[in-house]
Amino acid sequence: MSPHEFWDYLVPGVALGALYAVIAIGYTLVYGVLQLINFAHSEVFMLGGFGSLIVLTSLTPAHPSAPISVLLVLVGLVVSALCGGATAYGLEKVAYRPLRRRGAPKLVFLISAIGASFFLYNLAGKLFGRDPLPMPHLYDNNVVLTVFGARVTITQLLLLVCALLMMVGLDLLVNRTRLGAGIRALAQDPETASLMGVDTDRVISRTFVIGGLLGGVAGFLFGLNTQVSFTMGFNPGITAFAAAVLGGVGNIRGAMLGGLLLGLVESFNVPLFGEEWRYVAAFVVLVGVLMFRPAGILGVKIGRAA
Amino acid sequence: MTSTTAGVATEVRAGVATEVRAGVTAEVRAGAAVGATVPALLELAGLRVDHGAITALKGIDLTVRQGEVVALLGANGAGKTTALRTISGLLRPAAGEVRFGGERIDGVPAHHVVGLGIGHSPEGRRVFADMSVLENLQMGAYRFGRAAPEDLDRVFGLFPRLAERRRQIAGTLSGGEQQMLAIGRALMGRPELLLLDEPSMGLAPIIVAQLFDIIGEINAQGTTVLLVEQNAAQALRLADRGYVLETGEIRMSGPAAELLHDPRIREAYLGESAA
Repeated sequence: MSPHEFWDYLVPGVALGALYAVIAIGYTLVYGVLQLINFAHSEVFMLGGFGSLIVLTSLTPAHPSAPISVLLVLVGLVVSALCGGATAYGLEKVAYRPLRRRGAPKLVFLISAIGASFFLYNLAGKLFGRDPLPMPHLYDNNVVLTVFGARVTITQLLLLVCALLMMVGLDLLVNRTRLGAGIRALAQDPETASLMGVDTDRVISRTFVIGGLLGGVAGFLFGLNTQVSFTMGFNPGITAFAAAVLGGVGNIRGAMLGGLLLGLVESFNVPLFGEEWRYVAAFVVLVGVLMFRPAGILGVKIGRAA
Repeated sequence: MTSTTAGVATEVRAGVATEVRAGVTAEVRAGAAVGATVPALLELAGLRVDHGAITALKGIDLTVRQGEVVALLGANGAGKTTALRTISGLLRPAAGEVRFGGERIDGVPAHHVVGLGIGHSPEGRRVFADMSVLENLQMGAYRFGRAAPEDLDRVFGLFPRLAERRRQIAGTLSGGEQQMLAIGRALMGRPELLLLDEPSMGLAPIIVAQLFDIIGEINAQGTTVLLVEQNAAQALRLADRGYVLETGEIRMSGPAAELLHDPRIREAYLGESAA
């Protein structure tokens, strides 16, 4: 691989990795407070994609001017965040809370999660059709800058900036706010957290919503980069889950690191081993790392900052 | 005045004679003006709590008056922790009542009970091991949104060790320091009533003595204390009154000084033969 090619694969790898990181945070947050993998999170992502697609399709003119383009992107971000947040909120209320009330075993939560996931993506297929749909043409996806000769498009830059802002925002929320303190306390010891006045049901619900906001936006950004379809959640969902485990499930900064790593691995895997191996590499890395560090790279802790 | 009436009724069941002596002894003790005229802050009446098929508390009556230190003694599994957890709202009673300041609070969820003015330092300390000392104390003030500087100053005044170690991760503290942190954290919620579950557990006697001095100081500053202990001697030396719990029932109650000299207590809990 020439140095030039290296940068050509690095840029999309970092962009994809940032996206995986944002989705992985959704898995890791929920795991932190409930010790549960929300396998329906991939559908939160998918519905964020569809929500923004539908609204933007009805709003976008044939040739949007630059200010209109900016506005449309903002609308897309807000709508996808709301759709993702609402889906996650509903999932917690319908698929998990009743089980928690009854003190159901962990396996039952898992089955409920997978059932909810099947239900949602088949529902989306029925409602929105089973063919992939492109996002409407919001802007000309020109090259905005070059890094060591590698071209960076508007979409890639947008993706990176949004992902970065979300990660910084989330980090501040978890480490600096009252809700964040509640989330961390709940992750460490739910009962003692409630003795401090933490309303655990409410904090759990809000944790789902936060993960959903991020996941929904990731669905919109992913749709901009590729297409929107009812199965779009599957591969990014599984990869982001792997990223969360890789970084240390329950560890927010671990999820960010794991996502970035798997995005890069996936991107470089294509020139090195071929397109057909694209999704394999992530799992080879996962298995490899877990053999030596079963708790993931940064370990299984949400309460600790890093 | 229903609360006072109920309080008296509870005491009648516990024994009128004991009650009168409790008042006298308390006044003798370091001028702590705790008598039958002081209103009950906490009352348990006929409290029954089940753990599945097992009844952990078989209908107990217990009163804590404003300003008192009350010791709840008993062996492992007697139901002491269950009693505290029920007061805090972590457990729901199967029958009976918990009244705080005259209001029924059984059935109020734990995260609201702390807001009523009950601080709970749980069994096994349960500090947030991955948070710093300061963050743990801030969690104690969660209900206010933000820890008041004067509350932090108060806790650091009582426990200078915590001030020295405010940036340290709580999980790396010694057992005694973790116990101080658990008590300090409970104080950050400005409780009227402080529930302490076995603060002496696993600690060296010298640390226990220091800790009990500080609990006395907390009480002197105006916080009522319900102290659960297996260490009966230490607890009774600090307490105004005591209750002895055995397999879910109150077996004895009375002024601490009397319980401390009761041969049955000395035999069962202080490891002395009843010679």
